[in-house]
Amino acid sequence: MITTDILIIGAGPTGLFTVFEAGLLKLKCHLIDALPQPGGQCSEIYPKKPIYDIPAYPEILAGDLTHKLIEQSKQFSPGFTLGERAETIDKQVDGSFIVTTNKGTKHHAKIVAIAGGLGSFEPRKPLIPNIAAFEDKGVEYIIKEPEIYRDKKVVISGGGDSALDWAIFLSNIAAEVTLIHRRNEFRGALDSVEKVQELKNLGKIRLITPAEVKGILGTDFVTGVAVEKKGEDAFILDADHFIPLFGLSPKLGPIGNWGLDIEKNAIKVDNALDYQTNIPGVYAIGDVNTYPGKLKLILCGFHEATLMCQSAYKRIFPNKKYVMKYTTVGGVDGFDGTRKEAPKAVVKAIE
Amino acid sequence: MQDINIKITDRNGVTHTVVAPTDMAMNLMEIVRSYELAEEGTIGICGGMAMCASCQCYVTSDHELPEISEDEDAMLAEAFYVEENSRLGCQIQMTAAANGLEVTLAPES
Repeated sequence: MITTDILIIGAGPTGLFTVFEAGLLKLKCHLIDALPQPGGQCSEIYPKKPIYDIPAYPEILAGDLTHKLIEQSKQFSPGFTLGERAETIDKQVDGSFIVTTNKGTKHHAKIVAIAGGLGSFEPRKPLIPNIAAFEDKGVEYIIKEPEIYRDKKVVISGGGDSALDWAIFLSNIAAEVTLIHRRNEFRGALDSVEKVQELKNLGKIRLITPAEVKGILGTDFVTGVAVEKKGEDAFILDADHFIPLFGLSPKLGPIGNWGLDIEKNAIKVDNALDYQTNIPGVYAIGDVNTYPGKLKLILCGFHEATLMCQSAYKRIFPNKKYVMKYTTVGGVDGFDGTRKEAPKAVVKAIE
Repeated sequence: MQDINIKITDRNGVTHTVVAPTDMAMNLMEIVRSYELAEEGTIGICGGMAMCASCQCYVTSDHELPEISEDEDAMLAEAFYVEENSRLGCQIQMTAAANGLEVTLAPES
């Protein structure tokens, strides 16, 4: 069992900044995210896109913002459960919570802060009628263990970075790699596109474009896919694995069943006070919440996280006095033993 | 600057005639959101960067819209339920030329 003060669901900008604000109050945080890396949308969908409305940054790339937030939170040694989705929440008699992920990892926390953005990112599944029957039986939407493809015939479909990157990676492991895309053009980093071209020329990747996988064959396990090339008859391609990589789309998911007040796919919170939900001790901050006048902006998430941490402190220590301290005045004491503080003024007589 | 009229058929098949300003640099996806014609969280997920296809729509009137950019074309190549008249709403700007535009929102995917 992982134990922490504040369990943050979602490791996007708002969740990461919560670690810092909680740390100033000596509260420890642990984050759960369905994606394999922190950063949320910023690192998953648009790491190379600039953001212009982060205070004091006239321009910052979404990926760089994530890196800076991680760097800022590091001194407070946050824990991470990545690649797992928060599934259930159980309130304990003492008012604390146990949150369990889809993989059964249990987290015990005094406070739960949902910073889930638009929800957890789920793979977008192509519209092939029998695809569900082959999930985990040769059809994988996310590559978790590349080793299972060793010496197998693999068909990848998609036209973005992940399709290109995995085609390149698996070309060294699998017996055969076929990349199928609806266009001749790919939407990815230039060096990935060039690498695939090179591997295609070497005969290590077979490219079928413009084409689409229209059907899956097999009884228990995938044995092949039906491919339709534009303007030609469909043909069968032998395959042990079919990996459709069409990106991810966010779904609120199991959090929707936690008994929270939900409106317009977002969690209603008390914005007059502390962004608490209808369940005391459970807060919702950032894009995942809603209240009159809500704006889904990163900077609003930062503000909400800050107020939420103050409220969490009062909930954990109801009788303890505390006033907010400026970091410039009090410095920052990390949980890792580091201390940051403003340099002392020099006091020296002038002769 | 004048307002224009747009006809939007939502994902439940209901057609709405809405008024869109042409002086606020708005696109069709944002018009749909401002009138709440699609559930929040199911449209404009990437914010309007032609990076998610959640605002895909079918243009059913014969308006000459600005050409499809490379970004939009590449994204449509990875979207589902794509038809000949598919566009990404976030790439259709509300200008005088779009007056009378008729679109149908593509299914959620």
